[in-house]
Amino acid sequence: MSDAAREATREPTGEQTPAPAGPPRSTRVPAFIRRYGPPMLITLAAVCLWQLILPLAHVPEYLLPTPSEVAADMKADWPVLEPALLVTAWEILLGFVIAVAVGVGLAVLLHLVPVVRRAAYPLLIGSQTVPIVVLAPILVILFGYGIMPKLVIVALICFFPVVVNGIDGLRSVDGELISMMRTLNASRWAIFRRVEFPAALPSIFSGMRIAATFAAIGAVFGEWSGSNQGLGYVMLAATPNLLTARIFAAVVFLTLIALALFGAVSLLERIFVPWAPEENSR
Amino acid sequence: MAGTASAIAIELREAGKAFGEVVALTGINLLVPRQSRVGFVGPSGGGKTTLLRIVAGLLESDTGLVRVEDASTARQRLAHCALMPQRDLLLPWRTALDNAAIAVENRGASRAEARRRTRPLFERFGLASFENARPAQLSGGMRQRVSFLRTLMAEKNILLLDEPFGALDSITRAQLQEWLVQAMDAVPRTVLLVTHDIEEALLLSQRVVVLSQRPGRVVRVLEADHGFVGSRREIVTSPEFVSLKEQALEALES
Repeated sequence: MSDAAREATREPTGEQTPAPAGPPRSTRVPAFIRRYGPPMLITLAAVCLWQLILPLAHVPEYLLPTPSEVAADMKADWPVLEPALLVTAWEILLGFVIAVAVGVGLAVLLHLVPVVRRAAYPLLIGSQTVPIVVLAPILVILFGYGIMPKLVIVALICFFPVVVNGIDGLRSVDGELISMMRTLNASRWAIFRRVEFPAALPSIFSGMRIAATFAAIGAVFGEWSGSNQGLGYVMLAATPNLLTARIFAAVVFLTLIALALFGAVSLLERIFVPWAPEENSR
Repeated sequence: MAGTASAIAIELREAGKAFGEVVALTGINLLVPRQSRVGFVGPSGGGKTTLLRIVAGLLESDTGLVRVEDASTARQRLAHCALMPQRDLLLPWRTALDNAAIAVENRGASRAEARRRTRPLFERFGLASFENARPAQLSGGMRQRVSFLRTLMAEKNILLLDEPFGALDSITRAQLQEWLVQAMDAVPRTVLLVTHDIEEALLLSQRVVVLSQRPGRVVRVLEADHGFVGSRREIVTSPEFVSLKEQALEALES
């Protein structure tokens, strides 16, 4: 009998349970709609309400524009908004990547070297008590009007949740599992790369998702402190001219950047942490 | 020299361990011949797991001497023993085969090489066609088999099994006990087995050590090398087996 034939005829012995099936679902709604339908509906309803109420209340556009006026401005101001969008998106993305690299690196270092953890952890917490509001002007003085101070601010805001979640994740590993690995010829490094780091990945991604929502704030703040381009600068320049619709347009774009970053992180998590339970089926 | 040293794989002399005020083990004396199987039964909290961890080299005895082969310090003992914990603790990001092969990778083999060396045993253990299954897709009994194979692939002379089937239902446990006897007969090793189930200890080992309540000490050593043949039902209901079980229960009550 060939190997393949034997393989085919051999029944797995004894007990077995079927692969875990999801909870029974009464409705046959596509997953996409079940997941994104409700928030999209609420957003749509809010936008419609906003659009309908403002004219009734006779609010002038320079105080509060309607969604349609914001949309019209997006089109009209696209030549101004597009370069600003690209600048800010780049600041956010680059700052975020730096934050994740530094954050994960620091978490690993602090985890592997207990002395460093004891020495640096209080400083790490302390660094978060210094308000960025205070730091931003200093960074502008140090690094000028270029991209550098924005990257530093974005990274400063974003690295913290990554570090803290990373350290927690690395420490969350079952002590019994580590004992067992030690009896299975595992070196410290083998335990780290085969057990601790994979086990920490879900936590690290949680930290990254939090960081992704902070990144846009950091970039705008950096631009407000000193810049001549970017969405933050566009908002700042539009304010004295009462170009309120343009400010709103910039806000919409900022939100979209943050959402895109959040989505990208979630996508990466699905690729790199396929064993994690899906948010939906929890 | 190792060849002439002795047929004794594990030796404990007046070993003991305390955690702060709590004395877990005291005055443990034990000789375990090479390739024999010794079961430990005792009340929970009686230091059974502590005893395994001391032998494994994960803990150091406070008193006396603990020798495993030619190793007497904890660090040296670690190189001789492989531990199978009560919970399977399979890594969810590894397939069943890669979980079983992890000790081979830990010794420096590539993943492909580790798989190649593990696969034949994987099939022999009735796990064929589940190589690429994730642990979550396996039944409890299969997970324990993968866990046992993982321990075996460490290629240590001494296996320490800490309540290997404690988390399973009784039917699955009975199946796995039979399976484990065959697996151990096929690949003879020195085995220490901790369990709270007297029947399991008697079925799986040649000698059963009964430990007392905390502080744990050896109350009784039963020779259970019965060489019984027959079905599990025949063995378990045979007069010799029942008598051994009674003696163990009596020792536990004392």
